[in-house]
Amino acid sequence: MLEEQGPEWMSEEVKTGTTIIAVEFDGGVVLGSDSRVSAGASVVNRVMNKLSPLHDRIYCALSGSAADAQTIAETVNYQLDVHSMELGEDPLVCSAATLVKNISYQYKEELSAHLIVGGWDRRGGGQVYATLSGLLTRQPFALGGSGSSYVYGYLDAEYRAGAGRTDTQRLVVDTLSLAMSRDGSSGGVAYLVTIDGDGVEEKVFLGNELPTFYDQ
Amino acid sequence: MAVTFDGGVIIGSDSRATRGGEEVSSKTINKLVQVHQRIFCCMAGSLADAQAVLKTASFQLNLHSVQMEAPPRVIAAASLLRKLCYHNKDELQAGFITAGWDPQKGPQVYVVSLGGMLISQPFTIAGSGSTYIYGYTDAKYRPHMTREEGLQFVTNALALAMGRDNVSGGVAHLVVITEEGAEHVVIPGNKLPKFHDE
Repeated sequence: MLEEQGPEWMSEEVKTGTTIIAVEFDGGVVLGSDSRVSAGASVVNRVMNKLSPLHDRIYCALSGSAADAQTIAETVNYQLDVHSMELGEDPLVCSAATLVKNISYQYKEELSAHLIVGGWDRRGGGQVYATLSGLLTRQPFALGGSGSSYVYGYLDAEYRAGAGRTDTQRLVVDTLSLAMSRDGSSGGVAYLVTIDGDGVEEKVFLGNELPTFYDQ
Repeated sequence: MAVTFDGGVIIGSDSRATRGGEEVSSKTINKLVQVHQRIFCCMAGSLADAQAVLKTASFQLNLHSVQMEAPPRVIAAASLLRKLCYHNKDELQAGFITAGWDPQKGPQVYVVSLGGMLISQPFTIAGSGSTYIYGYTDAKYRPHMTREEGLQFVTNALALAMGRDNVSGGVAHLVVITEEGAEHVVIPGNKLPKFHDE
């Protein structure tokens, strides 16, 4: 035997098969994610926070290959720091999203990660950008990850433009909960980050605190 | 999809048939097939396989009903479909939703999956567009809905799925089955509910 065969999950790629959401509201954004990281059929981390800060009031949500996503987030974090020092003020959400898009597009063959960027800046208020496959588009809400397919319909039906902060937080938690109950690669706890002009609020919803639906 | 409500069931589907996911070969195909007065089925998977299986099952169901001298039960229709799907699982790629009303158990919905599993559920969704509405139907289904609530539920769910799935579309076909009989409702594309981005 040339190699020792460890457990299967040691040789599988680590993916954040996941559900990530970002929704804009009147005055800010709410980002949400589940916390499951899988390597094949095993869950290697059940409490990973997939909402990563890019700057004081700009966060991104990670999905796809865990390594690729984390590397992009760290690189953009560094680039944004340099940019904001040169500018002498806080960067725009659009700048952060553009930096993410540049990396995703240039290395689109090598990388397999999708980051959703959400944040608040003085010029545009709350904004959400999707950067899938290297495109850059601003949307009122964005979904990503394997669990997102199951909740497109729900979010299409329930999203209201100009909703308030608590309503949007509830919408994001409900949507995450529905996705986590249908997608095998999403689960654990729900992380929420709410960003507005006053700052950033981070919340965690444990398994038993998540909303339940008719069959639970 | 199909859903039970207080006093009946509603079965609904879109009307698009595609070739290879690129060409829409029919904009107005009716995927809801009547197998008996108060029992309807809808097809999923390969439409050719599904049609062939349904023709056989319809015939067998009628024969069964003549022999029993009574209208067939909904589960009888579903069981016939299951038998055909299970014993020919290697050749077929068809799944079915069977919905109907019978005097013994009232409104019922059954699902026969691709390999031939048969289960009963209060409501069910299937087909490529169904992935997008799992969250919506999980959140919005209530047991013991009224007829109007049921119709709204199915219409909304179909509209949302058609809005996100490129191989679903066209008109929405709905059939409401109760003790009184079956009523077919067609909702054209422009009368479907619109959501935030339309």
